[in-house]
Amino acid sequence: MSKRILSVLTENRAGVLSRISGLFSRRGFNIDSLAVGTTEDETVSRMTIVVNGDDYIIEQVSKQLNKLIDVIKVKTLDDSDIVSRELALIKVAANSETRSSIIQIVDIFRAKIIDVSHETLTIEMTGSAEKHKALFDLLEPFGIKEVVKTGMISIQRGTNYINK
Amino acid sequence: MTGAKALIKMLENEGTTVVFGYPGAANAPIYDELSRSSIRHILPRGEQAAAHEASGFALASGRTGVCMATSGPGATNLVTGIANAYSDSVPIVAITGQVPTGMIGRDVFQEVDITGAVAPFCKHSYLLKSARDLPQVVKNAFHIASTGRKGPVLIDIPIDVLNEEFDFEQPKPVNIRGYKPTVKGNNLQIRRVREALSKAKAPLIIAGGGVGYAGANAVLAKFAEKYKIPVVTTLMGINHTALCGDLLVGMIGTHGVSAANIAVKRCDLLLVVGARLGDRAYTTVHSQNSDAVVVHIDIDPAEIGKNIGTQIPVVGDVKVVLEQILKKDIDCDIASNERWLKSLTELRNQKREYSDKKTFINPRLAMKVLSELTGGDAIVATEVGQNQIWAANNYKLSPKGGFITSGGLGAMGFGLPAAIGAKVALPQKTVVAIEGDGSFQMSMGELATIVQWNIPVKMMLFNNSRLGMVRELQKTTYKSNYFAVELDGSPDFIKLAGAYGIEGARISSNAELKDAIEKMLKGDTPYLLELVVDSEEGTL
Ligand SMILES: Cc1ncc(C[n+]2csc(CCOP(=O)(O)OP(=O)(O)O)c2C)c(N)n1
Ligand SMILES: [Mg+2]
Repeated sequence: MSKRILSVLTENRAGVLSRISGLFSRRGFNIDSLAVGTTEDETVSRMTIVVNGDDYIIEQVSKQLNKLIDVIKVKTLDDSDIVSRELALIKVAANSETRSSIIQIVDIFRAKIIDVSHETLTIEMTGSAEKHKALFDLLEPFGIKEVVKTGMISIQRGTNYINK
Repeated sequence: MTGAKALIKMLENEGTTVVFGYPGAANAPIYDELSRSSIRHILPRGEQAAAHEASGFALASGRTGVCMATSGPGATNLVTGIANAYSDSVPIVAITGQVPTGMIGRDVFQEVDITGAVAPFCKHSYLLKSARDLPQVVKNAFHIASTGRKGPVLIDIPIDVLNEEFDFEQPKPVNIRGYKPTVKGNNLQIRRVREALSKAKAPLIIAGGGVGYAGANAVLAKFAEKYKIPVVTTLMGINHTALCGDLLVGMIGTHGVSAANIAVKRCDLLLVVGARLGDRAYTTVHSQNSDAVVVHIDIDPAEIGKNIGTQIPVVGDVKVVLEQILKKDIDCDIASNERWLKSLTELRNQKREYSDKKTFINPRLAMKVLSELTGGDAIVATEVGQNQIWAANNYKLSPKGGFITSGGLGAMGFGLPAAIGAKVALPQKTVVAIEGDGSFQMSMGELATIVQWNIPVKMMLFNNSRLGMVRELQKTTYKSNYFAVELDGSPDFIKLAGAYGIEGARISSNAELKDAIEKMLKGDTPYLLELVVDSEEGTL
């Protein structure tokens, strides 16, 4: 079992997301994350789906996705040839004593403080899954109140792109 | 014009001549328009039958079947028929009425999310939001249902869309960017198939339902004949292999014939043609097999490598691919193929004894007699259970005949409606529904449909007073702990048919078979022949 990243171009239409998520549960495929948004062409959505599975599963996932009429293209991305990012918003407990230590950590990670209150700091962080985990581990002792993540999005490096 | 009128116009444009449907409030505008159209409407006695009839129509004629239902319970009653069509890749279009657009999501009277409900087993579905989209959607729906790997498509139409006035515009030629089935086989793979064939000493073709959908019956037979390759079939392949004549060994699988299963075990090259090889056909029977090289030809790439490991995958239309393979002569070891074929035909032709119990009919013999009296030219539509397997293994189909069955889903209640649909499609053919006493009772309301619309199907009902196949399972797997398989309380089927004005007879000895079946086949009128079968009778 390994994690694989699929880029899926679909019609930007009602019902497409449910067809795709339904397909995963129905066929017993596990989704790690799914991120969706429109592309440069607003009639087309792009999903980045992180799937857990062996080669057989990945092949089946990709073929079954391709069978959906609303799916335009499915590409299994090559891990070593892509740039991936995930955005997380983290609300962490902070008071006058801990605030500056937290800000130091945030700076080291080149994350951003986007909201402050007397008792909390809200941090915006973009990066790979590993980077998220490292930041998370360091913030944990201060008391993490809430975390929201977008799921990973990925794009190929260099001049390669997915042709519709 | 209104959405409803546009719908009828589009159905006519698509060549629809008959619709199997059931009215209600949400689809009433369609019915109002339908009354003024030349399309024939057949009212079954339930929507499930409507969907199965559309499938029977499609399987017999190769044309897309159309069924209709109202919203809510009408739509949910279609579900089994849609799932069945999906399992067996039957091209049907199902049209459902829906509550008004503005009410959707409020759980109003007779509202169900039918596109959601059928999503797992429908090739595609549409929920229309505007009458302007209707012409293109109907055109696309027929295209999707009847191309690539065929299957059911559902169009859900809210009643306000049916009533909406709009300016009808002819739809554009179909162009769906996410749907471009591969038709032609990859040349490299075709070359590998030829190489594999030239090396093989014992090649074998497994033919499935895809052969018929591609219209490849003749080219398959030509290919097999040219290189003397024996042919076995899946349950769905029976219908498309009659032309293979003496090359035909029989059906594989849990309920197949042993010669065919042995062939699969012993072959050194397996050419899987338009078959998905579901568990009942292959995996549970042949899981340990084998060293054979596997070639898999299918229009649906997702089937390749799904159930059976494949060395040579060929995605494409079965007919086109076989023609590609045939384009160049292959240097085969014909002598070896012939020896191999001979060994299989010997196995196949081992003489069969028909046990003769004085007070019961031997169902295999009954199917044999039916084959002889029809010359195999009749279309047979089966139910599910022992009756289905008796028919599959013992009806000797001619190239002019047909074998229609519920394979992938195994849906009891399919046979009689499917026979009705087939007879509607091909009224000049003799159509025989092969019934079990359990299955028949799931669809026997259709006797009225037969009478009302003058659809003279013949019915052969194997009455073993049991849910025979399940009883057999309880015998073999649950130490004969028979439970809930007795069908006490069944009516006198001949009297029942009589109540509908349908003629019939009951027989219980083999000696009566010939006369009784002859009588059943006579004349273009419906007929119910009940055959009393021992409840101990085995499937194989
Ligand atoms: C709708 C449905 N319900 C249940 C089953 C399970 N099942 C498979 S065969 C069978 C028995 C069918 O009985 P009958 O029609 O009398 O046929 P027989 O096996 O006796 O020939 C049953 C209950 C099924 N296939 N379909
Ligand atoms: Mg029975």
